[in-house]
Amino acid sequence: MARAVTTQRKIAFTALAWIIGLAIFFPILWTILTSFKTEATAIADPPVFFNFDWTLENYTVVQERSDYMRYLWNSVVLAVGSTIFGIIIAVPAAWSMAFVPGKRTKDVLMWMLSTKMLPAVGVLYPIRLILIELGILDSKGALIFILMMINLPIIIWMLYTYFREIPGEILEAARMDGATLKDEILYVLTPMAIPGIASTVLLNIILAWNEAFWTLTLTTVDAAPLTAFIASYSSPEGLFYAKLSAASTMAIAPILILGWFSQKQLVRGLTFGAVK
Amino acid sequence: MTRTLRALMGATALTAAGFALAAQAETITIATVNNGDMIRMQGLTSHFTDMHPDIEVEWVTLEENVLRQNVTTDIATGGGQYDVITIGTYEVPIWGANDWLLSLDDLGDEYNVDDLLPAVRGGLTVDGTLYASPFYGESSMVMYRTDLMEAAGLEMPDEPSWEFIREAAAAMTDRENEIYGICLRGKAGWGENMAFLTAMGNSFGARWFDMDWRPQFDSEAWHNTLTFYIDMMNEYGPPGASNNGFNENLALFQTGKCGMWIDATVAASFVTNPDDSDVADSVGFALAPDNGLGRRGNWLWAWNLAIPASSDAPEAAREFIAWATGPGYTELVASEEGWANVPPGTRTSLYENQEYLDAAPFAEMTLRSMQAADPTNPAVDPVPYTGVQFVAIPEFAGLGTEVGQLFSAALAGQMSADEALEQAQELATEEMEAAGY
Repeated sequence: MARAVTTQRKIAFTALAWIIGLAIFFPILWTILTSFKTEATAIADPPVFFNFDWTLENYTVVQERSDYMRYLWNSVVLAVGSTIFGIIIAVPAAWSMAFVPGKRTKDVLMWMLSTKMLPAVGVLYPIRLILIELGILDSKGALIFILMMINLPIIIWMLYTYFREIPGEILEAARMDGATLKDEILYVLTPMAIPGIASTVLLNIILAWNEAFWTLTLTTVDAAPLTAFIASYSSPEGLFYAKLSAASTMAIAPILILGWFSQKQLVRGLTFGAVK
Repeated sequence: MTRTLRALMGATALTAAGFALAAQAETITIATVNNGDMIRMQGLTSHFTDMHPDIEVEWVTLEENVLRQNVTTDIATGGGQYDVITIGTYEVPIWGANDWLLSLDDLGDEYNVDDLLPAVRGGLTVDGTLYASPFYGESSMVMYRTDLMEAAGLEMPDEPSWEFIREAAAAMTDRENEIYGICLRGKAGWGENMAFLTAMGNSFGARWFDMDWRPQFDSEAWHNTLTFYIDMMNEYGPPGASNNGFNENLALFQTGKCGMWIDATVAASFVTNPDDSDVADSVGFALAPDNGLGRRGNWLWAWNLAIPASSDAPEAAREFIAWATGPGYTELVASEEGWANVPPGTRTSLYENQEYLDAAPFAEMTLRSMQAADPTNPAVDPVPYTGVQFVAIPEFAGLGTEVGQLFSAALAGQMSADEALEQAQELATEEMEAAGY
């Protein structure tokens, strides 16, 4: 009897999970489907799901009109660059907070998180003026720095949570064996925290890839990433839904594939320490 | 030895000449929106660079609101990221008066400035100086289904009244078959529902402000405008109309769900294109409606090219604008893509060209609509502002959108028309006082 109830519950929960999963995935699926429709089919009412003449025309038009590879390259440089710099700064920061906490460590952590609460547009003008003054507006270097800065609190918080799971005694043992601080972080702590660091890196790449405020307002040509590529297909007058969908699919495909292959690490990283 | 020396000197001279040429090549960055005519212009850029090998062109295409935000920020902070910008009729008088734009009074003889449609030119001129060159212009008009109109036993006059539009909407509505007599903008925004309602208000005798800049939403004329609009939309409009903008209504009309649609003249080429429109064969056009008060409910808008004062290549930018908005460009588009694809609504000569009139069945109505709009004298009563469907003051973008949200809420049934007007009056009074009017 008890087993029957458990099985029923399992089936119910599985079905519920599938329904929620499909509901979350539906907008992406719909975007991908629309990208293979003509503009007329894209707005058909009632909507057409699979039974339409599939066409690659939108992808051809988008390829002809925009230099996709340039936008893609910029996105890769910005996402990977900001993540690498972020990790280089965040690992020592998280180490110090996790293993040698001071009186104000908690306050510092909260303060860092509070910077995420500031509406980005509030600092748009100062940052823009600084970039103009330095002559680095619309440069990848400037944007890597800005993306790194806005994601740094999240990286430090995530690493801090992972590092706290690692027993301090192991680091003490390494120190007794004569390890320097550098050795301790590089050869003892980092290898043990690899799963945590991997999921932090992945999440940060996704966040940087999808960032659309700074990447749209501080770039024109040289540093414009895929967010600018998508924005160029939105139209106030005229139907561009199918082409916009094709551009969106091309923009999200790389990150979708990356997410798909690394979902195990992502889920593990995101739920790490959540259930104790 | 001498030969080697000469060869070396020659090579150095050639290299120096090469560098000099490379240094002369200027790059202009053009910010634009994703409209069909603009995209076509991008495709034809090579014709310009062939004529001007010393100028390189970079395009930045952005969504309208993002473009507006980026360009405003760039000009205000002196970023100099753009050399040519695409801006609307609303911005030109304000930005021109602020010295944010360079004068375009000297675009050359070939440009033929006197050929520009007077209403459009007037909207882009501040104190006698032209600050932007129109790329394409539009008004608004009635687009209707000739088959449904015939089935309803009615005939659309060239100059319909609002009462006739309501009568026709009632006769064409067939809710069971999802055919709605009238489709109008309801989505909140100064360039969305307020563009339509401000222009409609003009024909009802309404105006935003009196000559002392006092808001007029407590007037009888605004009450009549808004109640007429909401009643007609509730009875004969599509469901969820408060979310519909240009693109949503275009989709509804093209799929055969609207009997009439009053919107931008540029839509005429979309709804008559058989590739995208199910009703391409049965579309008729008429002037925007009136109430017999001497003003029609149509607007006037143009997308224009201008040079921001922060540009570091103003001469090259001027060359580009003279090319893209000059008469030669019209000929180029006609020869490459046909007369129907020529950017409309900027030059008188286009509407005297028989080839264009033959290719574009909506041409005459577009011209008449544009001529019927007067941005310097838009309302029945005198007003202190310019602009037919907008008020050319910096505060309007914010205020227009807030009032638009109230009117959209009234259309959605969240408040009555009078409540919306009352709140709009309070809001406008507060904001205008705060702005020092």
